[in-house]
Amino acid sequence: MNSISVNSILIRGGQLIDPASGIDAPRDLLLADGRVAAVDAPGKFKPNGAEVIDAKGLVVAPGLVDIHVHLREPGQGYKETIATGTAAAAAGGFTTVCAMPNTVPVNDSPETTRWMQSPERGAAIRVFPIAAATRGSMGEALTEYGSLKAAGAVAVTDDGKPILGDGIMRAALTAAARANLPVIQHAEDTRLTGGCSMNAGALAFRLGLRGMPTEAESGLVERDIRLLAEVKDTRAHLHVAHLSTKAALDAVRRARRNGLRVTCEVAPHHFVLNEEAVGNYNTNAKMNPPLRSEQDRKAMIEGIIDGSVDCIATDHAPHATHEKEQEFERAPNGITGLESALGLAVAFLHLGHNLPLSRVIALLSSQPANVLGLKGRGTLAVGSMADVVIFDSGKEWTFKASDSKSKSKNTPFDGWTLRGQVAMTISEGRVVYRRT
Amino acid sequence: MSPKTQRRKSPISEIKTAAIPRVSRSLISPSLLHPLSLLSAGDLSVEDVQSILSLADLLEKEDPLRRDRRLFKRRVSLLFYESSTRTRTSFELAAKALGADTSLVSAQSSSIEKGESLKDTGITLKALGAECIILRSPYSGAPYLLAEATGLPILNAGDGMHEHPSQALLDLRTILAHVKAGARVSETTLQGVTVTICGDIFHSRVARSNVLLLPRLGARIILCGPAPLLPDFAALLAPGVVIERDFDRALDQSQVVMMLRIQAERLAGLSLDLDEYKARYQANADRINAHAPKALIMHPGPMIRGLEITSEVADGAQSAIAEQVRNGVAIRMALIMRALSGDTKPRAKAEKRGAR
Repeated sequence: MNSISVNSILIRGGQLIDPASGIDAPRDLLLADGRVAAVDAPGKFKPNGAEVIDAKGLVVAPGLVDIHVHLREPGQGYKETIATGTAAAAAGGFTTVCAMPNTVPVNDSPETTRWMQSPERGAAIRVFPIAAATRGSMGEALTEYGSLKAAGAVAVTDDGKPILGDGIMRAALTAAARANLPVIQHAEDTRLTGGCSMNAGALAFRLGLRGMPTEAESGLVERDIRLLAEVKDTRAHLHVAHLSTKAALDAVRRARRNGLRVTCEVAPHHFVLNEEAVGNYNTNAKMNPPLRSEQDRKAMIEGIIDGSVDCIATDHAPHATHEKEQEFERAPNGITGLESALGLAVAFLHLGHNLPLSRVIALLSSQPANVLGLKGRGTLAVGSMADVVIFDSGKEWTFKASDSKSKSKNTPFDGWTLRGQVAMTISEGRVVYRRT
Repeated sequence: MSPKTQRRKSPISEIKTAAIPRVSRSLISPSLLHPLSLLSAGDLSVEDVQSILSLADLLEKEDPLRRDRRLFKRRVSLLFYESSTRTRTSFELAAKALGADTSLVSAQSSSIEKGESLKDTGITLKALGAECIILRSPYSGAPYLLAEATGLPILNAGDGMHEHPSQALLDLRTILAHVKAGARVSETTLQGVTVTICGDIFHSRVARSNVLLLPRLGARIILCGPAPLLPDFAALLAPGVVIERDFDRALDQSQVVMMLRIQAERLAGLSLDLDEYKARYQANADRINAHAPKALIMHPGPMIRGLEITSEVADGAQSAIAEQVRNGVAIRMALIMRALSGDTKPRAKAEKRGAR
C-alpha cells in the first residue's frame, strides 16, 4: 500500500466522487506512473516523496470525457489547434476528448488518424480521433473501419453531415459492428433544412429566418433506428450526436426498450438555452442542431434526469471572430463549450434540478467513456489512467470568453455566473491545468 | 465544500436558474446600437410614430429652399445589397431634399463583390464620413450587425424576410389619410379598422413590419394566403392578428387591403399552382366589387399585374398604390431627419426594444 514510486501524486482531503466505483466519500487518492495506484480513507497514505495536493473542500473526480469536440486540425488552425483545443479542455476539467473528422482534409484515413495523435500536435490531454464513416464524408463509399480502428479511431461518423442514404447507413452500421465501433450520426434530414439557420417556429417566423423543423432530427433518428433493427443480429451500435428534440429522445427510448443498442448525448447549450437566445440575430447562439423550444429544452433535462440521455458532450466548435461577425444566415454553426460545460452542468443540473453531483460527474466521465468503450477512462478505479479533475463544486465564478484557452471566443455564455470551478486537472499523472 | 448541502428541492419541470443571469434578449449589447436607428417597426413607441408622422407632414409642406438647409452637407450613405426602385429612389430623394450629400453603394459596383464583409463596408463608410447608413440586405438581421459595427444610426430599408419598417410607416400614413384624416396617432386611432394582408406573407418583410406596427394603433389584422406562404404561427406575430384563408370572407370585413407579390426569388423550391392561386387570392374587379367595394387597395410593389392583382384594381378608383410611393419620400425625410437629429454617440435604448 505504501510503496510509492517517484512519479507519484497524493491527493488528500477531498471528497472523492467516482461514479464507476460507487464512491462518494472523503478519500485520499494516490496516483503513480500515470495510473491510479490506490484509494483509501483520509490520512491512510504517507507522502513518501509523492507530490502532495491538498484537496480540502474540493471534489476529486475522474477527469472529464468529452466525446464530441472539433479541434479543427488538420486544416483550420486559425480556429483551433489540437494544442489550443486540448488546453481549453484541460482548463474545463477534461482529460479525454474525441475529435470529430470534419477537418480539412476530412479525417477518413489511418494516416490522418495517426497524425492527430502524434506527440508533435502538442496535445495537453488524451485525444481519440473519430474517423469519417464515408470517404470524404460524402456519404457514398465506406472508409476502412478496421484500419481506422487499428490507427486509434474510437468511432465513425460524418458529423456535420448526416449519412442520408438508407443503403450506405445500413452498410456503415454493419461494417462498424464488425469492427466493434459505434456509428455516430449527426441526425439532420438535410432535405428539410436547406437555407435554415435556427429552430422552426413562431420566433424564426418573426425574425424572418427559415427554420429547421424538429422532424428533421427525429425523422432521421427514427430512420436510423429502423435500419438498426434490420441489422439487429450484428449488435451494431448507433450513437445519436447532440440530440436536441423531445421527439428524437422518445425514439431513442422506444428503441432501447426494444433491445436495440442506441445511445445519445446532449450538449450543455441544449439543456441551458432555448431559441430565445438568438435574440437580435446573435451568431453565438447559432449552431446545428439549433437551440430549440423551451419544451424541447425541458425534455433534455428530463431525459438527463431519468437516465435516457447517456452523456453530456459539448460539440465544442470554435470559429474565428470574423466568421461569426457576419449576417446570421451566413455565419457558421457552432459554439465553444469545453470551459463552460462543467460549470453549466453543476449550475443547471445539480443546483437547478437537484441531480446528485455524482450523476453530473457520471454524465461527464464514466458514461461517455462507456459509450465509446474508452477503457481506463472516466473512472478512478485502481489501475485506470491517472486522469483526475479537482474542482470546487459550490464555487460561483464568472466565465469570460477573453480568458479562454481556446483560439476562438464564440460562446453565448460570456459573462455568465457558473457554479463548480476547476482547480486542477491531471492527465495520465501529469498536472495539465492548475487554476492560478 | 459539501456537495450535499447546496441541494434544493425542485420539480423537474420547474427551471431554477438562480445562479445564472437570464440570457439577455440580445447578446449584441444594446448600448452599441444607436437609439435613432430604425431596425424594426416593433421598436417604435406610439409617441415615436406620432412624431415621425408629424415631422413627415411638416417636411413635406416646407419650402424646399428652407428644407434644403436642414441637413445641409450632412452625409448619408445608401448601402444596397439588393435591387430596389421605390425604396432606394425615395430614400435618396428624401436625403437630397434635406440638403444632405448622399452616396450610393450597391453590391454589384463595390468592393462587396471582392468579398468585403458588411462590417468592413460599414466601417469604411463611417470613415468616409457617413453619419447615417440606409441598408437594404438580402439577409434578415443584417441591420443589427451594421448598427453594432458602426455605432451609427441605421435605417433598415428591408432585410431579407425580416422587416421593412419605413414601408410600414408610409403605409400607415396612407391609411390614415383615407380612414382617419387629420387624426392624432394614439393607441386607438385605428380602432374599428380591419386591414387584410394577402399573399406571400412568409417571405414578406413588408407584412412583418405592418403586423408589428398597425395593431399598436388599434387596427385588426387579417392575414390571408395559402398555408405554404402563411404558416399558422404567423398569427403569433402580434396581438390582434388572425388568419383567414378565405379571401372573400377576409375582404367582407376589411377597410384596407394590402396585396403582396409572390417572391419567386425566395421560394426556395416551393412550387405553387399559380392558376389555383389566382382563383383563390387574386384581387380582381369582380372580387373587389363583390366583397370590398369601398376598401382602400394597397400594394408595396413591385406588382406582378395579372397574378396577385389585376390592372383594373391596381389602377382603379380604390387604389392607393401611387400614393403609397409618394408618401415614401415624406416618411423617409422624417426618418433621416430623426436619425441625424441627435448626437451620434451610441446610447442605451434597451428599454425601447420590442418584446421578443
